[in-house]
Amino acid sequence: MNIELRQPDVGQKTRLKVIDVDIHPKSAMEDLQPYLAKRWWDHYKTFGARTRQGFLKGFPYPKSQPFASRRDSWPPGGGLPASDLNFMKQQYLDLYPIEYAIMNPLSPTGQGDQNDEFSAAMAVAANEFQLDGWHERDGRLLASVVVPYEDGEASRAEIRRRAGDKRFAHVLLKSRTNELLGKRRYWPIYEAAVEAGLPVGIHVFGTSGRPASNTGWPSFYIEDMTEHASCCQAQVVSLILEGVFERYPDLKIVMVEAGFAWMPPLGWRMDKHWKTLKSEVPHLKRAPSEYLREHFWVSTQPMEEAEEPDHLMETMTWVGFDHIMFASDYPHWDFDDPLLALPPALDQERRSKVLSENARALYRLD
Amino acid sequence: MAGHVVASVDEIPPGTRKLVDVNGRAIVVFNLSGDFFALNNRCPHRGGSLCDGIQTGLVESKVPGEYCYSRPGEMVKCPWHGWEFDIRTGKSWCDPARLRVRQYPVSVKSGTELVEGPHVAETFPVRVENNYVVVEA
Amino acid sequence: MTTAAIDCDVHPQVPNLKALAPYLEPYWRDSFTERGIPGFESNSYPPNVPLSVRADFKGKDHPATDVTRLSAQVFDRLKAETAICNCLYGVELIFSEDMALAVARAVNDWIAKEWLDRDPRLRASIVVPTQNVEFAVSEIERCAQDKRFVQVVLLAMQESPLGRRHWWPIFAAAERHGLPIGIHPGSTYRHSLTSLGWPTFYLEDYVAYAQAFQSQLTSLISEGAFAKFPGLKVVLIESGVTWLPGFLWRISKFWRGVRAEVPWVDRSPAEIVRDHVRLTITPFDAPDDADTIRRIIDQLRSDELLLYASDFPHWQFDGESAMPPGLPEGLARKILVENPLATYPRLKEAVS
Repeated sequence: MNIELRQPDVGQKTRLKVIDVDIHPKSAMEDLQPYLAKRWWDHYKTFGARTRQGFLKGFPYPKSQPFASRRDSWPPGGGLPASDLNFMKQQYLDLYPIEYAIMNPLSPTGQGDQNDEFSAAMAVAANEFQLDGWHERDGRLLASVVVPYEDGEASRAEIRRRAGDKRFAHVLLKSRTNELLGKRRYWPIYEAAVEAGLPVGIHVFGTSGRPASNTGWPSFYIEDMTEHASCCQAQVVSLILEGVFERYPDLKIVMVEAGFAWMPPLGWRMDKHWKTLKSEVPHLKRAPSEYLREHFWVSTQPMEEAEEPDHLMETMTWVGFDHIMFASDYPHWDFDDPLLALPPALDQERRSKVLSENARALYRLD
Repeated sequence: MAGHVVASVDEIPPGTRKLVDVNGRAIVVFNLSGDFFALNNRCPHRGGSLCDGIQTGLVESKVPGEYCYSRPGEMVKCPWHGWEFDIRTGKSWCDPARLRVRQYPVSVKSGTELVEGPHVAETFPVRVENNYVVVEA
Repeated sequence: MTTAAIDCDVHPQVPNLKALAPYLEPYWRDSFTERGIPGFESNSYPPNVPLSVRADFKGKDHPATDVTRLSAQVFDRLKAETAICNCLYGVELIFSEDMALAVARAVNDWIAKEWLDRDPRLRASIVVPTQNVEFAVSEIERCAQDKRFVQVVLLAMQESPLGRRHWWPIFAAAERHGLPIGIHPGSTYRHSLTSLGWPTFYLEDYVAYAQAFQSQLTSLISEGAFAKFPGLKVVLIESGVTWLPGFLWRISKFWRGVRAEVPWVDRSPAEIVRDHVRLTITPFDAPDDADTIRRIIDQLRSDELLLYASDFPHWQFDGESAMPPGLPEGLARKILVENPLATYPRLKEAVS
């Protein structure tokens, strides 16, 4: 059934380059085994991953499609979506004008595991394999520095290990952390990231071990999906109000796969109530929305769909077109096609910024 | 529109589908229990390939907790964002306000009561002549 | 300011536990004293936090612990003609269900006798013990007899999301009596105030309520509360408002892809909200410029969503008007009068 259905659009769009800030190549635990001490491989085989949730297999909120992936992304030769580089190239990397794509591995990475030491060992392995197993085979694929984020010092060590290695684009955290990311225990991560000149990407998911909303446990997958925006709002608020950007003025954060329409109202809300309550946060020298505007980038996907296209454009203007970066989220089902996802009314200059130039500047790619 | 022979009926047994090219247009032909239907392969939402989606039943509900499941195999879900299209009519089950999609009046063979919206997968008339499937496009 | 304005959110405050004594059964009254229970005030609005009481509302005494003082400000100064009282005493925080019911009854009786009886311009929301849904329903049934109770008020952060089916008897009772469900900032503190744990600052605590409203709306929609109760209206009180459009774009998008999981959601969440949900305008989380506010209002895509409120005595605005600048004349009138009247059917009824 694989007749070639998508022709790259002729004309201007083919001259556009795409830097995709969020794809998910799928590695297996067996791929990581060579990079794990035997003690940790044995631990994994015996005790498995323990991620603050109850199911042995699958996800607390079952996905709407297997592995949350596009149904056409299963490689014909077998394996999970995005496990086969050749098929990924055929279906995505070579089909579109992809200049770079940043890998944000979701599993297996050990992130958020209840065992901090296992998490730290897994981070090293996940990072090594991103290089050997992916980047070395296709240099467009940039790695992220997977860190065992619940352990600030171990994370710092891993970031230092990778500092200066241009194959890594950013540090990778997940959004559902055990505590709010503005808390001091996570500051060694920011310190090391700034030291290394790396942005910090916060990608949705993870398991905090707490109810998946601040109103208790929802029932449905649609709620799980919708709730990521709320969770990311809490993280953004925490990072700003705790004064992380006063302490680390060079820190840059990318909110990945969280959408973005929630950002301007969040800035307004913080500002409004900061004016009333600013005596509580004397360490903030500026309005919260200023830190938001200056230190946060967003990926486009999953792009909100407004009933009136003008409204979405308006909101993108409020976010700031220079801080919005294209993401496909390949191979996931809510994948955005780089040639079709952006509002048609977007002019050439802004389209180019979103599709590649903002990422090129942020990640210092040539 | 002209009639194009796209396949023999044997090539599309009941419950299966076939992707065909008609004048450069990718069209997917479905056989639902001996009835043939043809849809533009390109999902009107964001361009996913409908022939790569799954065929499933229709689930409706008037009351939370109730799952009225009928018409197995008569809905195709886009492999990307999961939009559901009634193979018989091309109509989608969601009724959002915006978007640019062409509507084609199609006689609805199986009556339904749900609100159906402007989102349709483009349909093409199909007939069988002498054991061949003919699509008008 | 248009006359006949209906203020949909003012906060009478229980001055102390002693004030409730006449309305408590002897067992409870005496046990509270004997056990040295100081009271059930919630920490959601600590008394000295600037947000809790606007400085120029304060006099010698707290502006909202007495009907005369509250009425003077809400009616004479801020020019409303009717006001709906939402008492935020910490009934829902109590762990003992029986204690919660006793205190809920006392609060509602206190409101009726010392507020509604004394100023006919006041109306109130029924406070319920959400710890036990049957108790909550019994309290709704009891207080609904008094037509001056026009709403049931629930705190925004409960033990489980409000759309869940085990809450439904409350919605059934409210729908039966034509009472909207009002959801208001405040927590039962059964969970941390964000899904990632406890914030450091009160400012974070308060900002987090916007997320709670988003999650509650997600739950109510996804669980089909509005399908099950087509007459149900929900009012999001003191929610901030401006998070709503982006939220609707997001949930509506996902619904189109995963509809089959929640097949009773038979139309776009955006439509469901426009039909069933209303929001009070204070605070209106936006910059003060009329152009941005007009764009936000436009994004809401309905003139019927917004309800006027002062949120007295919370500090959400300066000066004498809580209305955002730049609203078109026709819309202002809808917000001040027509939308509240349409939302709260009991407001139109004469009360003896």
